[in-house]
Amino acid sequence: MSLIDFLIRNRQEFVTLTLQHLLLVGVSTSIAILIGVPTGILLTRRPRLSGPVLGVANTFQTIPSLALFGFLIPLPFLGGIGASTAIIALVLYALLPIIRNTFVGIRDIDPAVREAGRGMGMTDRQLLLMVEIPLAFGVIVAGIRITVVIGVGVATIAAAIGAGGLGVFIFRGVATVNNTLILAGALPAALMALAADFLLGRLERRFGAARAGVVQPHTAEGLASRGHA
Amino acid sequence: MDRDNSAIVQFRDVSFRLHSGRLIVSNLNLDVRRSEVLVLLGRSGSGKTTTLKLINGLLTPSAGTVIVDGMPTTDWNPTELRRRIGYVIQDIGLFPHFTVQRNVGLVPTLEGWEVDRKNERVEELLRLVDLDPADFAGRLPSQLSGGQKQRVGVARALAADPPLLLLDEPFGALDPLTRVQLQREFRQLQSRLAKTMVFVTHDVREGLFFATRIALLSEGELVFLGTAEAFTRAEHPEARAFADVLREPARQSDERTGGSG
Repeated sequence: MSLIDFLIRNRQEFVTLTLQHLLLVGVSTSIAILIGVPTGILLTRRPRLSGPVLGVANTFQTIPSLALFGFLIPLPFLGGIGASTAIIALVLYALLPIIRNTFVGIRDIDPAVREAGRGMGMTDRQLLLMVEIPLAFGVIVAGIRITVVIGVGVATIAAAIGAGGLGVFIFRGVATVNNTLILAGALPAALMALAADFLLGRLERRFGAARAGVVQPHTAEGLASRGHA
Repeated sequence: MDRDNSAIVQFRDVSFRLHSGRLIVSNLNLDVRRSEVLVLLGRSGSGKTTTLKLINGLLTPSAGTVIVDGMPTTDWNPTELRRRIGYVIQDIGLFPHFTVQRNVGLVPTLEGWEVDRKNERVEELLRLVDLDPADFAGRLPSQLSGGQKQRVGVARALAADPPLLLLDEPFGALDPLTRVQLQREFRQLQSRLAKTMVFVTHDVREGLFFATRIALLSEGELVFLGTAEAFTRAEHPEARAFADVLREPARQSDERTGGSG
């Protein structure tokens, strides 16, 4: 049975799993942004915390994803079987690139630009909203882009703890030694990652490019070393 | 304070020390009088930029007091103090992601001016510094030449009509021809506006061109304070060194006093 045939015949399940997958990545990325960006900003105000905080975030990323899902299952309140546990794991994975890029993006703004803002009479808040975040925006989006691409991959493993998503096809295919089934999960997930990478890449270039006075750090760093998916 | 002949800025026994303990400004006593142009002249590292930043509270004295408009800078709300003081910085002072319009209108925006009033003011200022608003208002700083950037920088500093202007080597990054042209124009502007200015430069010609009085700094100490005429006759070796530069060809003056800073 060809892949196309399979997808057409199981289109209902395919659509459901794809939507579940998008939901897992979308919700976890949104939560990670809501936590990660303010944390990154806080670190620029308290640079001494940056070592420990980035260290902890980095540690989450080093835990193999299947193990992280496993660790979360027995936890009270947070854990258990299902989508909410998977989302927590995905958030923990997503935090590092977002926190680090927010921190680095703001930190590496030319100090003269920041001093000009203060010299003009900007409050700390105005400086943040009018100067620092806009100038660091491209770098922050680069962090989110890395997060989403990793997330689409890691979310396939969420099927192992009953969270649904395209991983369901993959695990089923692995269990029954059926390559068509594996492809039915893997190929759409890969396309999803590529699409997200492309769209966020465009956003990143639109805001990040040609901006004098800002260094562009760490844009694609981290992607190569993370092969969980 | 009485407004007429009193000082707008007073340095009282002011010292500034880095965390490393290095003394940058040493026991400075100095008044900036209303409507004068006080030029802070000195080599790189003489403490002139530090002195300037002590006025708008970007730095606070390690010892002594800087009094602006009758109140120590440490008692001022820093943002309120800075919005009353125009600040022109060499080269990179413009926000790269703001159009010329937004850069010039920055302090009015911070002060919550109405849009119409702000736009009018921006147009007026661009004309004042000889930039056509229709052509320049929508440009980004990266689309400006060095001279145009400095014009925008001056316009921005004047936006909220501050009584005091601080200028940190405003023409330092320009090519010599543009520099001379802008100096002449700014000199005319200055006589029209009659604002109090503190002007930092390492270029003795520029200093003499603008100064009501010159304050010469050497290794963080004030070694001369007086008119341009008195400066050329001053006895202090550092003043003599700068005066000697005047007798040399112009292109050497930068080398003698050591680049920017």
